[in-house]
Amino acid sequence: MASAQSPGQPSAASAAAQSSAAVPVPGAPRTLYEKLWDAHVVRVDEHGTTLLYIDRQLVHEVTSPQAFAGLRLAGRRPRRPRANLAVPDHNVPTADLHLGIVDPVSRLQVETLEANCREFGIPLFPMGDRRQGIVHVIGPEQGFTLPGMTLVCGDSHTSTHGAFGALAFGVGTSEVEHVLATQCLLQRKSRSMLVSIDGQLGRGVTAKDIVLAVIGAIGTAGGTGHVLEFAGEAIRGLSMEGRMTVCNMAIEAGARAGLIGIDETTIEYVRGRPLAPPGEAFERAADHWLSLNSDPGARYDRVVRIEAALIEPQVTWGTSPEMVVPVGGQVPDPAAEPDPVRAASYRHALAYMDLRPGTPIAGIAVDKVFIGSCTNGRIEDLRAAAEVARGHQVAASVKLAMVVPGSGLVKAQAEAEGLDRIFTAAGFEWREPGCSMCLAMNADRLAPGERCAATSNRNFEGRQGQGGRTHLVSPAMAAAAAIHGRFVDVREV
Amino acid sequence: MQPFENFTGCVLPLDRANVDTDAIIPKQFLKSIERTGFGPYLFDEWRYLDQGEPGMDCSQRPLNPDFVLNDPRYAGANILLARDNFGCGSSREHAPWALADQGFRVLIAPSFADIFFQNAIKNGLLPVVLEAAVVDRLFTLAIGPRALEMSVDLVAQQLHPHGAEPIPFPLDPFHHHCLLKGLDDIALTLQQEAVISAYEARRRAAVPWLFADC
Repeated sequence: MASAQSPGQPSAASAAAQSSAAVPVPGAPRTLYEKLWDAHVVRVDEHGTTLLYIDRQLVHEVTSPQAFAGLRLAGRRPRRPRANLAVPDHNVPTADLHLGIVDPVSRLQVETLEANCREFGIPLFPMGDRRQGIVHVIGPEQGFTLPGMTLVCGDSHTSTHGAFGALAFGVGTSEVEHVLATQCLLQRKSRSMLVSIDGQLGRGVTAKDIVLAVIGAIGTAGGTGHVLEFAGEAIRGLSMEGRMTVCNMAIEAGARAGLIGIDETTIEYVRGRPLAPPGEAFERAADHWLSLNSDPGARYDRVVRIEAALIEPQVTWGTSPEMVVPVGGQVPDPAAEPDPVRAASYRHALAYMDLRPGTPIAGIAVDKVFIGSCTNGRIEDLRAAAEVARGHQVAASVKLAMVVPGSGLVKAQAEAEGLDRIFTAAGFEWREPGCSMCLAMNADRLAPGERCAATSNRNFEGRQGQGGRTHLVSPAMAAAAAIHGRFVDVREV
Repeated sequence: MQPFENFTGCVLPLDRANVDTDAIIPKQFLKSIERTGFGPYLFDEWRYLDQGEPGMDCSQRPLNPDFVLNDPRYAGANILLARDNFGCGSSREHAPWALADQGFRVLIAPSFADIFFQNAIKNGLLPVVLEAAVVDRLFTLAIGPRALEMSVDLVAQQLHPHGAEPIPFPLDPFHHHCLLKGLDDIALTLQQEAVISAYEARRRAAVPWLFADC
């Protein structure tokens, strides 16, 4: 694993560690990241800290109340209220919406968001609005996310928006407040890493498998202190939905931001979105966006290349996304791990997951299946899962298989295509949009000891409910696990 | 933010890598709209034997005797020692709020996740990055019959583990400055109002579609 270092986080190994933040040479080839960074520098102070302009911010109910309270306490107002877009997503129920939010603590948090947006003039898609959904689904869907911009949100999966060639990263609540008040953030430039996925993917292998394989290769701290630019034939061949899945999980590799170059796929996805520039302005914008791509010969601090054809459908076995193997693989043996810290992590993980070394992944039985989240809750994901589920039945041993669309508009699109009927005929529950069982802040959660095939992004201890056991997979692999009651290789069903 | 002052405290050895923010403060406690009160729920799933919910009286809950935070040797510890990639995962600032609320002031690890590192600094917590071998030595000193006492000197950027050699630590000069002075970032940035407005005027001319309705 590479040594990990945060921007502004000192290197323990070497004070003289190289940095791409070195003085730029005028006219030298630049990466997409460098161009985005340079275009947003407001000022550099005597410590070398940059005041970076933030074009837009997405706001949700969990990480914003204390930020609004801070503004109120200091008598400050948002600098550009309409550069923000707010939506409740983490706490919203995915069933029986007519009852509202039953949990009074969750309800207060969502009501607080609504009140704050009214007080401070922030645009909001409230519960019940058909545009409501997960922040990282609705931003792109609305054209609020555009290429070439800087975008932040009080949520680590903001890296998703890098799929548009935008510099997008998660921030804490203090920084949410900072952006509301100043439209800027104090930042240090990250280092850059090119992750090239060369050649073409095999049949049945998806964007989710790419990013899990990358995390398996570089580790959950492999990208710390870096911005990852994903490139190569396999990435260019992905739809925008697939690209968002890849960038979404850049944070699970430790990178605050992921990026993908802008091409016709990007432009055509953005064209005609409600908040995208209209008419002639769009063509001007598109020309500008295409000029932002990395120049030939641009230098990266680190380059990782992976052969697409070697990537197989992936399944995590442990409690960190780096604990991942191909579906044809086995649960690893901590005794074979030379690094004692890592061996200890493996032992902890196996005990928590109740798995034994050497167990084949294919064949591990699951209790629940969750299809959704900001990683895999978009229309293409639902199509892929429906394709596997069509004409089959969820195994009797599976207690619950649920499909949670990423937004109200994704839900409407899926229903227009008849995907909901495929799912319900197969025995899946078809739910309302939200974050749901990705992090179990609403009523959707695992009971202690339950094992889940999930299309979400984190398999941390307790993530889907205290004592719950999460295996991360692609939507097609999750649907196949629901049908068979255990993990199977989706290429063989 | 309060200025960071030098102090002497006790080290809690949390011998784990990749301690994520879900472990530091589980999701059910993020429903609070306050900044304080998270301390009793710090490491909730490791710390207690029952299932934690917001509003519980934690003094009545069964403690997990195997979790290091419950070891009487480390009662009142205010320096946390951990392994690589501490604070990975979610951007929730509730994680440093919970650590600070519990009384921690310094965190030591070979590396921290980026967002967590920033969040810690903004809450007056000092994250100290040391080489893995040095962290390993500190674990050896900290896991003994008695807790390891340590003095923290932010001005000189040195740790003084009692009975061992002082350990210098690196820190970004801006972070050093902010912690020592207890500075409010937003007030600092607002002083740059004219520079920000000038930038916006240039930006509006270059990419007018980003300023169409605001």
